[in-house]
Amino acid sequence: MATQTDVRDLHAVGSEEDQAGQAYFDKIIADDSRIEPADWMPEGYRKTLTRQISQHAHSEIIGMQPEANFITRAPSLKRKAILMAKVQDEAGHGLYLYSAAETLGTPREELFDQLLTGKAKYSSIFNYPALTWADMGAIGWLVDGAAIVNQVPLCRASYGPYGRAMVRVCKEESFHQRQGFEILLELANGTEAQKQMAQDAINRFYAPALMMFGPNDDESPNSQQSMRWNIKRFSNDELRQRFVGMIQEQVKVLGLTLPDDQIRFNEETGKWEYGELDWNEFYEVLKGRGPCNAQRMERRREAHENGAWVREAASAYAAKQSQKAQVA
Amino acid sequence: MSGESATRITPGNALRPEDIAEQVAAGTKVSEDVAEYALRLGDDALILAQRLSWWISRAPEIEEDIALGNVALDLLGHARSFLTYAGSAWGKSEDDLAYWRQESEFRSCFLVEQPNGDFGKTIARQLVFSIYQHELYSRLVDSADETLAAIAAKSLKEVDYHRDHAIQWTLRLGDGTEESHRRMQEGLNSVWPYVHELFVDDELIERLPGVAVRPSELRAPFDALLAQVLGEATLEVPDVQPAMTGNRGTRHSEHLGYLLAEMQVVAREHPGATW
Ligand SMILES: [Fe+2]
Ligand SMILES: [Fe+2]
Ligand SMILES: [Fe+2]
Repeated sequence: MATQTDVRDLHAVGSEEDQAGQAYFDKIIADDSRIEPADWMPEGYRKTLTRQISQHAHSEIIGMQPEANFITRAPSLKRKAILMAKVQDEAGHGLYLYSAAETLGTPREELFDQLLTGKAKYSSIFNYPALTWADMGAIGWLVDGAAIVNQVPLCRASYGPYGRAMVRVCKEESFHQRQGFEILLELANGTEAQKQMAQDAINRFYAPALMMFGPNDDESPNSQQSMRWNIKRFSNDELRQRFVGMIQEQVKVLGLTLPDDQIRFNEETGKWEYGELDWNEFYEVLKGRGPCNAQRMERRREAHENGAWVREAASAYAAKQSQKAQVA
Repeated sequence: MSGESATRITPGNALRPEDIAEQVAAGTKVSEDVAEYALRLGDDALILAQRLSWWISRAPEIEEDIALGNVALDLLGHARSFLTYAGSAWGKSEDDLAYWRQESEFRSCFLVEQPNGDFGKTIARQLVFSIYQHELYSRLVDSADETLAAIAAKSLKEVDYHRDHAIQWTLRLGDGTEESHRRMQEGLNSVWPYVHELFVDDELIERLPGVAVRPSELRAPFDALLAQVLGEATLEVPDVQPAMTGNRGTRHSEHLGYLLAEMQVVAREHPGATW
């Protein structure tokens, strides 16, 4: 309630119609209910959501690559089947999210173009390489795990299509996390070499997974506005602390360790603490200098360019068919 | 060969590879001939699944990443069932067979071993293989071996979708643009030398009357449907000689070795490990 003036996007307040729209929007936000595509919304809200949802969609699509890297090498047929289904799910998540983003007025082709031209970002975690089979476990457990912690609160996001997409996505992500954990558990109970492979994967993915929650709160200027709009419900640091608490419990079941000896529960604040992350690395990867940024983008562009003649054929065929239907 | 299924699985239930594995663990053993036949069915499905899975994250559009992934996943499921069943003859699991056989011990045909090429070639390979497999499974459902029949019954619904997917794309590419027409025709021409092998009868087939489907019987319905689809797609049935192939024996195309090297590498780095 107290946030009503802050919520107002000054840029959008103009005509009487806009003022009525703004009042309606403010009320929806104050009541913690949902904005739907046809509703009036401030330009800033539309922009923020379009950016956030499409970035999320791009992350699902680029995120297919590190795991697709092991589909052809999965060491058992059952694991191969599970991994294939997982990577397919991620493609499906990308599709729901592009559809959700489209309801805000930007067509999928345009959003996709922003990815291909490097204008839009995707989650930095996918710029790290998947080097061993154990990485399939660590990615499922830590990366899908962090995604869930991030996304469960988004199921209540004020924008209806986004919240609903998140409900579907989160269900599948929790399968992925469990499957990743199972991979690690099997390795942890396996041979010495398997156990080492699992520990090494955790060591490499731990910090990048924690960085998935975004910069520390004092470095995250847009978060405040997103919280006022009921898009974001918890701060980056709150979510990160919650995640650390979860995985430090789970890692015990594996009989493995997290590569951070400063993890502890602070009784006074009631929060989990952990060692300082290398934010310099985070910003380096964000700027495109991670180990796989160039490779991921190249693969996506290549797939898109190699597929151009196929998409053209499909639309040419569809045009011919509808012409025939009209003549008939 | 008796009409009894070794695993007494009836169509409609207990069809997952895990169920077959359970039955096998309970003492089911299949005859060597049936096992050898199941190996052919399983290896074709496995090798093609391996090929198709490469497309996931590389397809022309996201919907196709999902569609080709679905086809690959279905085929992998068929392979797991057939291999588990086959393995019961020698006390081997699906993974023993997939990861620890030598190249010469695989029974896949040249067609499924062919590289993906462009999307047109992949669709051409899908078209001929799924039409063949559909004809095959729709007869295998009546096999005197109830396990083979049950696997085929479950798989047939899936292959029906694979065939439809391939036909739809053949129409779009054949009757789409000039470029897509050319690429689709080239794809068909390039897989055509390996089509003949699918329809060759041999001694193993002769030893399994009522159990195995006679490949030569499938040729006429295959040709009929293919001609109809290609006609509608404004494409030509290739005028290309058949190649000498492996005849389901121990000889393979040059491509299989690379495919297996990739598929088996992680498992073979860790002998005796479970995953
Ligand atoms: Fe996600
Ligand atoms: Fe996802
Ligand atoms: Fe996931």
